[in-house]
Amino acid sequence: MAKILGGITTSHIPAVGNAIANGLQEDPYWKPFFDAYPPIHEWLAKVKPDVVINIYNDHGLGFFLDQMPTFAIGAAHEYKNEDEGWGLKPLPPFPGDAKMSWHIIEGMVKQEFDITSCQELAVDHGFTVPMQLFWPGLGDNPDMPRAIPISANTVQHPIPTLKRALDFGKALRKSIESYPDDVKVVVLGTGGLSHQLDGERAGFINKEFDLMCMEKIVSDPEALTKISRHELVRQAGAQGTEFLMWMMMRGALGDNVKLLNQNYHIPISNTGAGTMLLECV
Amino acid sequence: MSLEEFDHHTPIPGTTIFNGEMAMKGYALNKMCYSFNAAEARAEYLQDPAAYYAKFELTDTQIQACENKNVLELIAAGGNIYYLAKFAGIFMLSVQDVGAQQTGMTTEEFKEKLLRAGD
Repeated sequence: MAKILGGITTSHIPAVGNAIANGLQEDPYWKPFFDAYPPIHEWLAKVKPDVVINIYNDHGLGFFLDQMPTFAIGAAHEYKNEDEGWGLKPLPPFPGDAKMSWHIIEGMVKQEFDITSCQELAVDHGFTVPMQLFWPGLGDNPDMPRAIPISANTVQHPIPTLKRALDFGKALRKSIESYPDDVKVVVLGTGGLSHQLDGERAGFINKEFDLMCMEKIVSDPEALTKISRHELVRQAGAQGTEFLMWMMMRGALGDNVKLLNQNYHIPISNTGAGTMLLECV
Repeated sequence: MSLEEFDHHTPIPGTTIFNGEMAMKGYALNKMCYSFNAAEARAEYLQDPAAYYAKFELTDTQIQACENKNVLELIAAGGNIYYLAKFAGIFMLSVQDVGAQQTGMTTEEFKEKLLRAGD
């Protein structure tokens, strides 16, 4: 049977992809951010997941406003990135696990999450940057697991509630754990933390709120479901709503988790960057 | 669930909630910006912006906001920042440049503001 080993959160800022491409890990601006990742690499090298469920939010590559799924699950044999408007180069394709995708899709709909299935899905920086952070070298890295992307809408309101995001994760856990094959799974919650790119409030970062979220998500994620979506925008910034991905990931980890590593750094680009490694117990 | 959950109109200063109303208002503009994912589309735009606006049936207000490269005007015209980022990409503007323009700062001042958020 499939087993969930743990979850990892990270910001997925496009600038991080540029920093990796330019080898800036030791640069004074970047070092406090990249220093969070070697302990996660060590953990991944130890537990060696077969599959990564990469929960991210598309930013206008895979989906447009013509058809905007609230929750979409990849069901492809492989996933490719594409240019997002500023000349991004193609990365090697990310191998998928279509058989497991369809098992998860069956499981989610059975639990009354009426998701969108995607046999083709262009994956953007929300998906690729975390893959680059956790499995440096990507296709050249023999430990890179097969990937299943899950995207939630944070582009256009109404976005899901925090409770719905957490419940999605709980249903995802059941869907994964009912998979008959012996695969080891890690779940990524990517994006956030607080940031706002648009409007006169651009540049808004809320350290106090971010740190509260990082504390509560470990021990009491249910408390975070009391935050309304409007309040989330107010406290985390217009794009800080990406915290929903963290809630989805957390729901998939079960009641009790052990915090193995965390880091918080301001600023990376316009964002409060949070990284957490949570192991299922 | 509290009623506040349904109140989309409690203003958050300096923030536009991109909801259905804005998504309808900005559809043509955002659709044009979405096309800029492709390098060929960006080149076609630069060759003849007016023809490109016409192709996507932008409103006069949206065209003027594009010509002004004014992010606050683009947002008011229904632009969504994730798609506008692709428009900004044509002109090699970073998110700090975009933030600086919206807050009336220089890019260096805006970067300094971000650094201070960590204090």
